[in-house]
Formats: sequence, structure tokens, C-alpha cells
Amino acid sequence: MQRAYVGTRKGVFTLERRRKRWRVAAEAFLGDPVSALMVDPRDGTLHAALDLGHFGVKMRVSRDAGTTWSEEAAPAYPPAPAGAPIEDRGRGHEPPWVVQKIWALEAGSADRPGELWAGTIPGGLFRSPDGGQHWELVRPLWEMPERKQWMGGGYDHPGLHSICVDPRDGRRVTIAVSTGGVWRTEDAGASWTVRSQGMFAAYLPPERKHDPILQDAHRVVQCVAAPDVFWCQHHNGVFHSTDGGSRWHEIASVQPSVFGFAVAVHPAKPETAWFVPAVKDECRIPVGGQVVVARTRDGGQRFDVLREGLPQEHAYDLVYRHGLAVDSTGQRLIFGSTSGGVWLSDDEGDSWSALPARLPPVNCVSFGP
Amino acid sequence: MPRVEFTANLRRLIEAPTVEVDGSTVRTALEQAFARSPSLRGYVLDEQGALRKHVMIFVDGESIGDRAGLSDPVGPSGRIFVMQALSGG
Repeated sequence: MQRAYVGTRKGVFTLERRRKRWRVAAEAFLGDPVSALMVDPRDGTLHAALDLGHFGVKMRVSRDAGTTWSEEAAPAYPPAPAGAPIEDRGRGHEPPWVVQKIWALEAGSADRPGELWAGTIPGGLFRSPDGGQHWELVRPLWEMPERKQWMGGGYDHPGLHSICVDPRDGRRVTIAVSTGGVWRTEDAGASWTVRSQGMFAAYLPPERKHDPILQDAHRVVQCVAAPDVFWCQHHNGVFHSTDGGSRWHEIASVQPSVFGFAVAVHPAKPETAWFVPAVKDECRIPVGGQVVVARTRDGGQRFDVLREGLPQEHAYDLVYRHGLAVDSTGQRLIFGSTSGGVWLSDDEGDSWSALPARLPPVNCVSFGP
Repeated sequence: MPRVEFTANLRRLIEAPTVEVDGSTVRTALEQAFARSPSLRGYVLDEQGALRKHVMIFVDGESIGDRAGLSDPVGPSGRIFVMQALSGG
């Protein structure tokens, strides 16, 4: 059975593929916002982060492919030190030590069983040593002085949205923050260095344009088979690194636009990556009202604009940063939009079929066993 | 004895029975309710022990003033009602 999971503003939807057609097989948490989903490739466990708003962030786990769920521990800050803010004073102010949203969930590497990572708004990284039964704040990152230079992007406070665990050594983890650039640890979180040199943001004051800490990386992904290769969809455009993030290079040739949120990289072919472009910035709709996927197969020298099976008239679907995923073969893709559309491809994006459903706005998608 | 009652919207997510408690402040009353239903705590309070931003507590029909310390007094027959602030979407 092939499955995919869609996390939406109003629940999780389990998709199954039967006789070459995808359909919704189950739903869970109807009415509750789902901010992150993760299938642990080591054991198939499905973890979902709920953003219950009034009642806080919660974690749910399913060990039977989304059929039944149970509550598990949620990341939470330790007791705040004296002097830490108690009330949320909004953008530009140090946030309280309270998890506002779980925005990224990733499994540790195969050689570190049980290890999970979670990224949050207001910018904390959390580690679980035991498959999500307990979580602890990665204090060296949170207490790093530069962390206070991070800023809110679309939310009042910074959001840690991308966690890339190096399959060669699970202690080497690369994270990205909107806005706060890209950071790497080589020692499972004990120390961190900024890794966004080469990125730039034309909208910043000229003297800060290249400041690696101010870069608004919307999403960063890493190639499984070539872990020194990273792709980044940035607020300013697309960036690419082939040296583990030591240096990033702008890819300006993305068609039909360089703005967007989502990016996926082929797990075996580091030169192949997909993006879902949009009209930049304050507008955030598909160019010309046409939903397309941009794909490069040569490391960003040229792009195919893929539209077969995608809506091409008056379509205003935006795809969020976790709304695009590729499966472990690199053949199959899924993306979901703010308008509740979901499309799947079996041929690396050459053609797409729409899921026969109108879902709530899509936050995140994932393939699973 | 003071009584603590929770909104039906919370009972949709987790067991939150109405309970009678001892206690002369909102904090001490809630702690007794949480002692009986430990997982309820994280739905009402954040990890620093403050009332969640969009949760409200009324004591005898009056909104409490101390959302972080929960020091508002509760009388021997006080009624504490925990509800969510309204928002749309």
C-alpha cells in the first residue's frame, strides 16, 4: 500500500493509492490545525503536531498508518530564568519561553535510534532521545547571543522550519530559520555555526544585505545521497550549495518566478530539485493564475515548467513551505495548497493528477509506508 | 467548596470533568483539578505556569486579573469557569 499524509488547517488526511488512483482513506482531528507531520523512516511511526491555538501545541502519534492516534509528549521550554519575559509583547521583542507552534519534525539518522528533532516558533530546537516520549530544549542554540538577532517573518517571532540530519553522521544537523539564516551543528547541538554565507536579501538595507543572520530562508532541503548538496527557497530567490552550506550561490533562472516557499530535492540525484513558484512577496499567488512546478535536473542551469494536470485558469493556490514532498524513490511527488488542492505525480513531475477532494488549507504533506 | 468547570470546547479534546476543590486562589484550586487529571494542565497553562494566551478564567462571573500568577482569590463557594477566548477561522 502506498500512502501519503496531508496536514491541514482542519485535520490530517490519510491518502491511499489503489489501482493507480489516490483517494482519501481516513481523516483525523477534524477541525484542529496541524502544523507539522513526520513519518519516521526507521519504524513507520507517524507523528503529527497540532496547533490547538487556545489550548496550546500537542503531539499525536500513530503506529498504524493514521488509523488510530494517541497523545504523546509535546516539546516545552524548561522553566524560564528570572528576567525572561512573561507576556508576549509581539514582534521585535524577546518572546516568552513558550512553544507557540511546532513547525518542523524530523527523524534522527539510522545510527541514532529514537532520536527526533522538532523546530518551533519562537525559534527553539528540541531533541527527543526516545521517539517523542520526552523532549528537551537544545539550549546552546537558544542561548546563543546571535539568536536574539533572529526576527519574525510571517509570524511575530522567528520560526525554525527546516531540520536536515546528515545521513552520514546524525550528529551533524543543519537548520534554517525564518528569519535567522542557516545554522549547523557537528556535535548534536552542543555548538553552532552560521551557514548562510552567499545568500542575500535585496530588500534589506545595503550594508546588511549579505548578513548571514538576517537571511530569510523559507525552506532548506538536503540530498540524501549527496548530503553536501542543499537547496534553499529563500524570500529573495533560490540558492544552492554543493559544499555543505559553506557557500551558497544564487539560482536566478527559475521560471516563471524565483519567489516561493517550498522546495524538494531528489533523494538520489542532487541536481534535480522542484519548486512551486509564486508572484513575490505581498501578492503570493501563482504567476498568471496558473499552478506550475519548476524542476531543474542540472543543478539549476535550466528549469522545466511543469503544468500537465495542474489548473491553468484562475487558480490562486499558494503552496506553503512544508506543502511539497518527494518520496524515497524520487519518482513520486505530492503538493497541497492554501486552497485545499492536492496534486500527485508518479513521473518526477512530468504529469500530475488532482486528488478528488477539496481539503482545508494545506500546511504540510508527507509520504509514508 | 469551590467548583472548577471547563468549557465544552476543551472537553472535546480531553477529559475535563467539573470538580470540587479546596483552595483560596485560582492557582491552588486549579492545582487540585490538575492533580486529578494531570494531562489537563498543558491545555490550560503554558509551560511557564501562566494561563494560555487565549484561555480565560472567570471567578463568580468576573474575569481574573493575574493571568501569570493566578493569585485571584476564590471564596469558599466560588465558581471557577475555564473557557477559551473566541477567535475565528
